[in-house]
Amino acid sequence: MAEIALNPDAPAQDKVAYHFQEAPEGTIIDIADFNLWYGKSQAIFDVNLKIQKGLVTALIGPSGCGKSTLLRSLNRMNDLIDGLKIAGRVTIDGEDIYRSGVDVIALRKRMGMVFQKPNPFPKSIFENVIYPLRVDGVTDRTYLEEACERALQGAALWKEVKDRLHENALGLSGGQQQRLCIARAICAEPEVLLMDEPCSALDPIATSKIEELIDSLKGHYSIVIVTHSMQQAARVSHNTAFMYLGRLVEYGHTEAVFTAPHNQRTLDYVTGRFG
Amino acid sequence: MSISVEEKSLTGVPVPEVTAKPRKLRHYGTDLAASGEPFLWGLGGALALGILLILGFLTLIFWNGVTTFWPKPIKVVTLTDGSLVAGEPRRDDLYRVGAEVLVTLPEDVRAQIAAKDGYAHRVMYRIGNYDLYNEDFRWVPDFVVEKVETPRDFFFFERQEWGPFIGTIQKVTVNGQETDPAALGFAGITSEQERARERWRQIRKIERSDIGVINHEMEQIRLRLRRIELRQGADSPELHEARLQAEARMAVLQQDYARLAEQAAAIRAEDAKFSITLAEVGGREKEVPLSQIVRFYPANDMGLLQKAGVYFSRWGEFLGDEPREANTEGGILPAIFGTVVMTLLMVVIVAPFGVITALYLREYAKQGRLVSIVRISVNNLAGVPSIVYGVFGVGFFAYTVGGSIDAIFYPERLPSPTFGTGGILWSALTLALLTVPVVIVASEEALAAVPRSMREGSLACGASKWQTIKHVVLPHAMPGIMTGLILAMARGAGEVAPLMLVGVVKLAPELPIDGFFPYVHLERSFMHLGFHIFDVGFQSRNSEAGKPMVFVTTLLLLALIVMMNSSAIYIRNRLKKKFVNAHF
Repeated sequence: MAEIALNPDAPAQDKVAYHFQEAPEGTIIDIADFNLWYGKSQAIFDVNLKIQKGLVTALIGPSGCGKSTLLRSLNRMNDLIDGLKIAGRVTIDGEDIYRSGVDVIALRKRMGMVFQKPNPFPKSIFENVIYPLRVDGVTDRTYLEEACERALQGAALWKEVKDRLHENALGLSGGQQQRLCIARAICAEPEVLLMDEPCSALDPIATSKIEELIDSLKGHYSIVIVTHSMQQAARVSHNTAFMYLGRLVEYGHTEAVFTAPHNQRTLDYVTGRFG
Repeated sequence: MSISVEEKSLTGVPVPEVTAKPRKLRHYGTDLAASGEPFLWGLGGALALGILLILGFLTLIFWNGVTTFWPKPIKVVTLTDGSLVAGEPRRDDLYRVGAEVLVTLPEDVRAQIAAKDGYAHRVMYRIGNYDLYNEDFRWVPDFVVEKVETPRDFFFFERQEWGPFIGTIQKVTVNGQETDPAALGFAGITSEQERARERWRQIRKIERSDIGVINHEMEQIRLRLRRIELRQGADSPELHEARLQAEARMAVLQQDYARLAEQAAAIRAEDAKFSITLAEVGGREKEVPLSQIVRFYPANDMGLLQKAGVYFSRWGEFLGDEPREANTEGGILPAIFGTVVMTLLMVVIVAPFGVITALYLREYAKQGRLVSIVRISVNNLAGVPSIVYGVFGVGFFAYTVGGSIDAIFYPERLPSPTFGTGGILWSALTLALLTVPVVIVASEEALAAVPRSMREGSLACGASKWQTIKHVVLPHAMPGIMTGLILAMARGAGEVAPLMLVGVVKLAPELPIDGFFPYVHLERSFMHLGFHIFDVGFQSRNSEAGKPMVFVTTLLLLALIVMMNSSAIYIRNRLKKKFVNAHF
C-alpha cells in the first residue's frame, strides 16, 4: 500500500473534517448536534452528519465508537433500551424524528434495516420477504408474489430460492439468510437502507455477493452501512464517516478518507496504527 | 524460615545460616478425590437407584394390572372337619396362630406350628357367593386342609348383582321348561345366556334411553311452566295457556311412557322364563335369572384360547362399560371420559390465561418492583397445597359464582342447584388455577428466550409491538409454552384432592357430554380415574375385591396420562422442528 500522507490543508485535529461528496438530490438525513446517553454514560457526542440521498455512506471506527448506536438512532431502534436519553435533532427530509408524537412505526417503514447476524423469522422464505407488506395489511396475493420476486431479484437470491419459496427460511445457508434479510428490508421499497455490519458473520464469498448487491442497489436507495472492514468501506461507499470515542472525526469523500485523510486520527486508523 | 546471624565462622566474618523447613514434595499422582471418580460413582448410583425405583413401580403396576383379568383356577378344599371350600386362591402368607386356636388343635399340628415359631401358612380364597356366605374371601390355614382338588365341573359366574358365584350348574330352565344342563352343554347354555343378556340390554335401553328421553322432556315442561310462573306471575294468562299446552303434551308423553313400560314388562315376563339353578360347593342351591349372568366359564376346564377370550372380554367390559357392584366390578368408561374431558377443559382454560399473563409480564409490564412481587407470588402459588384450591373452588366457584348463575339464569330449577354445586366446569377452573403458575413460568421463560435479533428484525420492518409478538415472538416461543402446558396437563390429570371437593363423585348417573340439548353439560358432576382408585381401593364395602381394580385403574390412568402427554409432546416437537435454525 502506498504511503498515505495527511492532506496538506488539513484543519486542526480537534475539529471535524468535512469534505464529503454531495448528491444532486441533496441531504436525506440530517443529524445535528446529536448526543446520546445510555443511562449516565454518554455514547455519542455532538455529531453533525448530512447523509446524502442516493449515495452509500459508510460508518467506520474502532469497536465501541458509537457507529452502530448512531445507525440505530436513525430508525429509533434504540428506543427499546431502557434509560436512553438523547439531545439534538435527526431530521429525515426535514422532519424531526425525535419530535414527540412522531409515528415510530411509520418512520421505520421508510427505512429498511439489515443486522449484523442474519435474523430471518421462523417462517417460509416467501413470508419472510413479504413480512413488511404483511404488517401493512396487504393481502393481494398477486401483488405480494410480485413484490417477493422483485425483492429477491434485488437481493440476488431469486435464482437460488425460486423453487422453494414456501420452505422454511431457516433452512438457508448463512449468506443466503443474510441476502434474504436484505430482500426483506427492500421489499416495501424504503427510502433508506440501514446496514449494521451486514457481512461480519459471513465468509468471503458471501461477503463479495453482498457487496455486489450493495453496488447494484446504490442509486435506488440511500444506504448507510456500518462496517469494520475498511476495504469494504472503500469498495462500496461514496462517503465515509470516521468515528472515534463517540465523536465524528472526519466525514468525507471515501477516496480522500482512505488516501489523504484530513485528520491525524483518521490517518492513524486507516493506516492501521491503532484500532 | 529463620535466619540466624549470631553464629560466627572461624574467620570471624558472620555467615548467615539459612535454616529452611524441608519443603513438602508435591504429590504427583492423581488421587481419587481430585479426579472426581467417586463423585461420578455417586451420581451414577443415584441415577441408577432412581431409575430402579421408577421401574419397580411401573413393573408392579403393570404386572398387577395386566394379570388381573386373567381367569384363575377354582380349587375345592376339603377341610379336616369335613366341610368344603371352593374358590380362587388369591394370595398366601405366614401368620401367627392365635392362642385360642392353638388349644383346639391336635398335638401333632401344634408341634408343627411350634417348630415354625408359632407361625402357620394360610391361603386366601375368593369364595364369592356373597348372598349365601356374607363374605367374599376366606383365609384357610394349611393345618385344617384335608385335600385340595380342581374339579372340572366348577364354574365361575360373574353376576350383575351380588358379585361372583362359584359352584356347579344344577339345572337350566329354558322357556319355562327344565332342561338337563348336560344335554344342553356349555355352548348351549352360553347361547341361551347371550340371548338372555340381549333381552336384558333391551330392557335397559327402554328404561334408560327411551324413558329417559320422556323424563327429560317432562322435566323441561315442568321447568318451562315454573319459568313462566316466576316471570309472569302465578295466575297470569300466559301461564294458564302454557299449562294447557303442557297438559296436552304431558298426556301424549304419559301414553308413550305407558307403552314403553308395557314393552319392558313384556320382555321382562319373557325373560323370567329363563333361569339357571346353581349349587355352591356345600350343596345349597340358588336360582338366578340367566340375564343376570354377565359371564361364566368352567375355570378348570379351559384351553389357553378360551382363557384369552375371557380375558379380553373382561378388558372390553372394563374399558367400555359402566361400573357395577359399588365400582368394584364392571367398567370405568364414565371415569375415563370424565378425566379426559376435565383435563382438556382445564387446558383450554389455563392456556390463554397463563400465556396472556406471561405475555403481559414479560413484554408489556415495566420491569420493576411490582412485577417482581407479582412474579414471586405466582411462583409461590405453585407451592400451595392442592386441597386449599379445592376449598377455594367449592367456596368461590361453586357456591358464590355458581349460586349467582343459578339465581340469575336458572331460578326455575331452585332449590336444586344447577351450577351452584360441584361440577366439571368448576373442577376444570380449580385445576386451571392450580396449574396456571406452571404455565406462566414456562411461558415467561420461553418468551425471554426469543432472541432479541428476531424482535428487532420485525420492528425494523415497521411492525408494531403487537404484530411482532403475534407474528414472531409467539410462534418462536410456542414450543416452550407447549412444554409448560404439558407439565400443567400432567399435573392436572393426576390431581385428585381438590376435585373431591368441587365435583368428582363416586358414581355419576350422566356423562358431561350426551345427546340432550345443549349436549355439553358443564354443570354436571363427573367420575375421575384418580378418585375412582381411591374409592374402589379404600372406600368400598369390600376392599379386598377392589384391590385388583385399583391396579388396573392405576395402569389405565398412567396410560391415559402418557397418551395425552405424548400427543402434546408430538405436537410440540413438530413446532420445534419448524423453528430450529439449522445454520446459525
